Amino acid sequence: MSMPSPATSELDLRGAAPAPVFDPATALVAQATRGYWRTVLARILRDKVTVACALLLLAIVLLAVFAPLLALADPFKGSILRRLLPIGSEGFLLGTDELGRDMLTRLIYGGRLSLVMGITPVINALLIGAFLGVVGGFMGGKINTLIMRTIDVFYAFPSVLLAVAISGALGAGIFNAMVALTVVFIPPVARVAESVTTQVMSLDFVEAARASGASSFTIIRVHILGNVLGPVFIYATSLISVSMILASGLSFLGLGTKPPEPEWGLMLNTLRTAIYLNPGVAALPGAMIFMVSICFNMMSDGLRAAMDVTQ
Amino acid sequence: MTMPSVNGEQPALVSVRNLSVAFTGGARPVHAVNGVDFDLAPGEVLGVIGESGSGKSVTLRALLRILPPRRTRIGGSLRIAGKDVLALQGRALEDYRGGVASMIFQEPMLAFDPVFSIGDQIAESVMRHRRVGKAQAKQRALEMLELVQIPNAKRRLDAYPHEMSGGMRQRAMIALALACAPKLLLADEPTTALDATVQIQILLLLRELQRELGMAVIFITHDVGVACEVADRVAVMYAGRLVESGSVAAVMQDPKHPYTSGLLSSIVHGQTRDQRIEAIPGAPPDLADLPAGCSFAPRCRFAVDACRAEVPAARELAGARLVRCVLADEAEWD
Repeated sequence: MSMPSPATSELDLRGAAPAPVFDPATALVAQATRGYWRTVLARILRDKVTVACALLLLAIVLLAVFAPLLALADPFKGSILRRLLPIGSEGFLLGTDELGRDMLTRLIYGGRLSLVMGITPVINALLIGAFLGVVGGFMGGKINTLIMRTIDVFYAFPSVLLAVAISGALGAGIFNAMVALTVVFIPPVARVAESVTTQVMSLDFVEAARASGASSFTIIRVHILGNVLGPVFIYATSLISVSMILASGLSFLGLGTKPPEPEWGLMLNTLRTAIYLNPGVAALPGAMIFMVSICFNMMSDGLRAAMDVTQ
Repeated sequence: MTMPSVNGEQPALVSVRNLSVAFTGGARPVHAVNGVDFDLAPGEVLGVIGESGSGKSVTLRALLRILPPRRTRIGGSLRIAGKDVLALQGRALEDYRGGVASMIFQEPMLAFDPVFSIGDQIAESVMRHRRVGKAQAKQRALEMLELVQIPNAKRRLDAYPHEMSGGMRQRAMIALALACAPKLLLADEPTTALDATVQIQILLLLRELQRELGMAVIFITHDVGVACEVADRVAVMYAGRLVESGSVAAVMQDPKHPYTSGLLSSIVHGQTRDQRIEAIPGAPPDLADLPAGCSFAPRCRFAVDACRAEVPAARELAGARLVRCVLADEAEWD
């Protein structure tokens, strides 16, 4: 083999890094690079179902947030004279409940608590569960065994029973119900994060990243999180509907929200006695829970498709 | 066994002495590499030939220190570009990987992270080693893609690995490996996963880049033809030991070790249909339970008692050749 010829290429392959000066060509390249999230957004916008679900959810959220500004009726003020008016009554578009309170107002106000109880536990569980799962999957060995076997203990109980048991033990209340739901959702999220991490760790590109000088921290931050967060995030989105239903269930059992606070699950509970008298009104809170759950599920399906670059 | 390099007066870029690797994860330790010695001059291309499980890839990974540390025991000494590679830790080790030595993997589909674009992955490595900004790293990635002759390189920067063909991906892999101008390129069967026409293109590209950039290359293959195509010297590996090494022409025309000879005669070239291909009988030894003497002895037609007694020492022959066979200078077997 002859000695290497002096580098004739203009690429300066062995030289030190060039000084950082602004270079129009460089800027052009950076500009030509289409961001990942822009691609995802473009894909979501092409998906009509996901867009429709997202708009519907946005409308419900906005209504709930701005409920006091909408100048609707008082959600707590009832009249025994106009109990259980049917849907479409004059002045009460969606009728009244068993204490004569305006259903439309209560449904809009009810969204505040129901959405918070649906989303907050899932976000908490996502952060804690993903952390536990990624750490377990990356460290492997004894640490992984310790984390995952502890989490397996929670699998011994059905999720509804676990939520009821924890929130029963902590006492009734919104905060305690959310703590209970968070504990219920940590194990499945951690399980998903751990299994994806373990899979990703065994792939060649992690070895390739190590071979090109990436530190463990960089590998976790870039390659593990880049591949794990997508599936975990999508899985968590689908948990929001479960969380709402469980929260409603806890309220139904008297472990979450307390009357007269408007909350969909609690409203469903108190209206159940009126199911033979006025089935339409009694079904409304259930319909809201159903609609929001479906929207979250459809949206998570849409996100799954949009976030997967290999499709 | 020391292989004097062809241009021996230069200081060696790579100096491997008595390298051994054992995997301790299982019930019995598996001795994948058992005392490998070689030197490599800057700009030299060494082809390592051997069948599956002969320790080629493990040797390469040991050179880059990417074997799982908890389950691996590495012995011997490794000096590359003046660094004691086995003593490197933390930051220095990360600087070494990808900066001094880098690697091309066998399966380019798996060696790229599917959720990031090719350009981002090359830029990531450049940013890490050159300490430059994203825009400059991207610019460097573009230059590299052009260097490896990827058509329409600017558009390919944003391509995801699955959007490229196997040959393109392997070119991109080479671009990634060369992005930080390493002194030593380790190629782990870079053409095995590609089809024949693409194989030749990648080999020609590698050889061209090697000449242009002047880096040393260790090229692993089980394809003798590929080794002849790219290498200056070849080393034949069997059961974790280098059994023979020398210049390509010398080893190919006049193999001194019976294993090399068997390997060469098991290649199909132009035999007629009913002509038997001479294969080496038997199977490679269990690496967890190596025979006491020459590890090839159980399969060797010429084995004598001396072969089974102890591992034959490396003998130096004329023309900078080395052979680990008791019969090498007597050449009784051919």
